[in-house]
Amino acid sequence: MIRFAHVHKEFPRTGAALTDVNFQVGKGEFVFLTGPSGAGKSTILKMVYAAELPTQGQVWVAGQSTASLRRSGVATLRRKLGVVFQDFQLLEDRTAEANIGFALEVTSAPPDTIGPKVARLLAQVGLPSKGTALPGELSGGEQQRVAIARALANDPMVLIADEPTGNLDDRATRGVFQLLRDINAAGTAVIMATHDLDLVRRAECRTIEINRGQVVFDSAAGATGGA
Amino acid sequence: MRLALREALRSLLSAPLLGALSVTTIAFSLFAFGLFGLVAVNIRETLRTVEERVELRAFIVDGTPIEATSALLGDAQAFPEVLSATLVTPAEALERARRELQEFADVFESAMLPASIDVHLREGFRDPASVRVVAERLATYSFVDDVRYGEEWVEKLYRLRTIAGVAGTTLGTTFAVVAMIIIGATIRMTVLARAREIEIMRLVGATDSFIRGPFLIEGFVKGVLGGVVALLLTFVAHQVLTRWLLSAAFFDARLSLLGIAGGALLGLIGSAAAVGRHLRER
Repeated sequence: MIRFAHVHKEFPRTGAALTDVNFQVGKGEFVFLTGPSGAGKSTILKMVYAAELPTQGQVWVAGQSTASLRRSGVATLRRKLGVVFQDFQLLEDRTAEANIGFALEVTSAPPDTIGPKVARLLAQVGLPSKGTALPGELSGGEQQRVAIARALANDPMVLIADEPTGNLDDRATRGVFQLLRDINAAGTAVIMATHDLDLVRRAECRTIEINRGQVVFDSAAGATGGA
Repeated sequence: MRLALREALRSLLSAPLLGALSVTTIAFSLFAFGLFGLVAVNIRETLRTVEERVELRAFIVDGTPIEATSALLGDAQAFPEVLSATLVTPAEALERARRELQEFADVFESAMLPASIDVHLREGFRDPASVRVVAERLATYSFVDDVRYGEEWVEKLYRLRTIAGVAGTTLGTTFAVVAMIIIGATIRMTVLARAREIEIMRLVGATDSFIRGPFLIEGFVKGVLGGVVALLLTFVAHQVLTRWLLSAAFFDARLSLLGIAGGALLGLIGSAAAVGRHLRER
């Protein structure tokens, strides 16, 4: 479903960010991307949703090479993906339900389906009564749940989470992680970048470790170099 | 479309100061353009009035039968360049000379002034070349003694008109370009203020055309409002000018609407450029 084939990425100012990255993620997998800050985790995730393109090599998502996509193709691809960030990226002047509904509206979902779907998503992330709250009125964990609900709005095949628990306390971290496991159990693949090695150890999921732009460990391959 | 309208309205209402700043900037840019336009319109109007005085006078040989003179008059009236042609008899010529040159009124005698056919040309045929063509055509009649039209004056007038046209176009274009740059920069501020929203829209799969929609509507609305305010400011300036300095013409309804439409177009183009640039950059 997602395949990185000999991917190199260089930025004009900072130089090489990724070097010969190879791995695959199949349907329904839960994959941790770990590694120190600046290792290249976020660059890999950005390549999945085509915010960055490889300098060399190919990134394949749902059977398409991201380098071959036109701008409209990128929009279509992103409707198949859900993305959540450490800083939630919610619109501060809109309620939780408006933030989630917004994702449905911009993808031209039928208006009469939006309300019920938003209610279902809010229930799914455990916030059925927080629909009318503004992001500033919610805790960090709750805001991340709203962001996850928004990411799920278009029924993505993959949920990409870039340090989703980075700003949360332990309890909220456990809650958000459990939510991601539940989503994964329902069939959605999850790729989660994290620094939290305790969480990674406890979870016993596939782990890809990145260091200095290279895959140094992939538990699925059991060896350095990736799948 | 409904969502684009809602988002445009939300943007206008959520940042009223920024919206007011955009409208004010557009208004003052167009106001400067409007003042220039007002000057241009008045120069054009003045030149048109002066041009109306371009006149050919074909003097008739004394003793020419009235039938021949009438035939010439008919022919001249049928020329495509001619707006009007009138016969001036010796008596009328004398009367006119006495009226126009009062200090010499007592030296004119009826016998010394010949009859003439006075010809006024249509707009668009008052340039030196066209005037010369009509003069030469009139001169071909054997009983036409001479055709006069103030050749030097017509050429000077035409040169002045050409200079005014070139200067007007150059200055007008400069004003329009400056206005577009200022308006584009102002609208870019609006786009940057909503960069986060745009980023989220893109992340959840909104197409570029979908993202542009609300900005284009917003730019259009601001452009129309800016155009209306600019027209009002120009009207006030015109009223002040007319009251205290000199009488001047104002834009007619067509030009006024054109000005507002120009504001709308500038708002649209400015928005499209600003949001397009933003989308290309990221």
